[in-house]
Amino acid sequence: MRVSRWLADRWVMIVALLVLGYLALPILVVAGLSFNRPSSRLSYDFNEFTLDNWRQPCATSDMCDAVVRSVQIGFIATVVATVLGTLMAFALVRHRFRGRAGINVLIFLPMATPELVMGTSLLALFVSAGVPQGFWTIVIAHVMFCVSFVVVTVKARLAGMDRRLEEAAMDLYASEWQTFRRITLPLVLPGIVAAALLAFSLSFDDFIITNFNAGTTVTFPMYVWGAAQRGIPPQVNVIGTAMFAIALLLVGLSSLRGRRARRANLLAAAPAARPARRPS
Amino acid sequence: MTLLAPTGSGQAPPAPPAARSGRHRLLPYLLLLPGAAWLLIFFGVPLVQLAAASLYDPGGSLSTGYALTWAFGNYPDVVQAYWPQFLRSFGYAGLALVLALLLGYPLAYAIAQKAGRWKNLLLVCVVAPMFTSFLVRTLAWKTILSDNGALVGLLRDVHLLAPDGRLLATPFAVVLGLTYNFLPFLVLPLYASLERLDYRLLEAATDLYASPVQAFRRVTLPLSMPGLVAGTLLFFIPASGDYINAELLGTPNEYMIGNVIDSAFLVRLDYPQGAALSFLLMAAILAVVFGYLRRAGTEEVL
Repeated sequence: MRVSRWLADRWVMIVALLVLGYLALPILVVAGLSFNRPSSRLSYDFNEFTLDNWRQPCATSDMCDAVVRSVQIGFIATVVATVLGTLMAFALVRHRFRGRAGINVLIFLPMATPELVMGTSLLALFVSAGVPQGFWTIVIAHVMFCVSFVVVTVKARLAGMDRRLEEAAMDLYASEWQTFRRITLPLVLPGIVAAALLAFSLSFDDFIITNFNAGTTVTFPMYVWGAAQRGIPPQVNVIGTAMFAIALLLVGLSSLRGRRARRANLLAAAPAARPARRPS
Repeated sequence: MTLLAPTGSGQAPPAPPAARSGRHRLLPYLLLLPGAAWLLIFFGVPLVQLAAASLYDPGGSLSTGYALTWAFGNYPDVVQAYWPQFLRSFGYAGLALVLALLLGYPLAYAIAQKAGRWKNLLLVCVVAPMFTSFLVRTLAWKTILSDNGALVGLLRDVHLLAPDGRLLATPFAVVLGLTYNFLPFLVLPLYASLERLDYRLLEAATDLYASPVQAFRRVTLPLSMPGLVAGTLLFFIPASGDYINAELLGTPNEYMIGNVIDSAFLVRLDYPQGAALSFLLMAAILAVVFGYLRRAGTEEVL
């Protein structure tokens, strides 16, 4: 009786934890397999513990080349998409202009279109225009699908900003540029950084659109796709685990910084509050 | 939610001061120009090009060149040849969506209403799978569902699976992979909606003698509708166009329309066919999305 009562109170949480387990399982398997010495090239089963994969992550040099290429593409695409997207976000939040609805549709559509359609249509364009496919066509494609996500992320940050801070700066004789540089930019920066991280991860992990526009250039996801047919080197799991660890570290650091900033704010506010609380 | 509501927060910015209006009237266009041009040239124009390619003469080839002959016959041809893969795509994506709702709703609800101080940690756990590569994660399912794996062994031992039964290379594996890969896209908008749910409304419902089921149906569910609609779309659109799960976890018997399109463009080099299939996929998804939005009665989500 008591057990069923306990279950009735907590079943939602129990289900939730089980689902989180389902979401976490493959990551644990990837981490485990990074220490595996597979019995054959085409085997996916755990065979024997080894540290070799971590000691020599670049034993298959094609794979490391592909990782480096993915980082290069991700970096260039992120910089371009972040600049273009941030400018658009400023225009949308800070200005009134004709054609706003059309621009919103143009930004929204790439997020709602299946990647398959974007990839094949770009391929059709490049082929009919006679553009040879490779590194730069991948960059073009990645910028295209990252821009919308940058706009949405930066826009959210800008829309939630207190405009009175800028007005105060202007009242104190800051020029428009000074206000932007000293007030606006620092306040929007977290949004821009978040957008850039999102863009990089989207670019680094993209397979479908890249696959149609890569020519003979091989990115990391394309390497994994090809290797799935020929046999996966266990170092792929090392890269997978390392990616996960780096992302987790970034999230941890940012939440730590956020907490410290909040605490600093509280401390700064405390002396001002004290006299009010102690009327003598 | 935010993804699907670019116009949502469009409160009008204050009018620019009249003195500088000349410069200010041009400024937004200058800010928009590079990004909008990029999207037009590399998103808009290609769609037109895809439409044109779908009407190419099917007799042409990449080496001899294609002629635009307005060959509308390409469409009935590809439907006739590949309707099973089309049906399978929407069938698998729909099945995965139902599974994802069963798993994702309790998860989103628990994080939003029951997690307390653990809320942020649990949210990180939801997004965590996306920290590592999509393909590497999907390959991990190959290990989990492997014929020699613990899961198959267990299921065989309790006779849920025949002694020679397998999980890998079955429709089950593909649906499971789709559910897993796109579940966070469903959970996050749903969480955003449920987080704003005022718990006192549920208490009020209970005070008025609503059973838990009634309270859920009449209070929680309607209030979570915007997140539910956004989440199902964010799940369904990529899931129905996916072909990685079908390729890695299934066999050609489980191939979805994406596999056919991939091979039409990259293996068989049959551009008219591939383009016609792509265009049909987009039309079908748009039809499903708009039909669904009308039924759900939340058109302001777009």
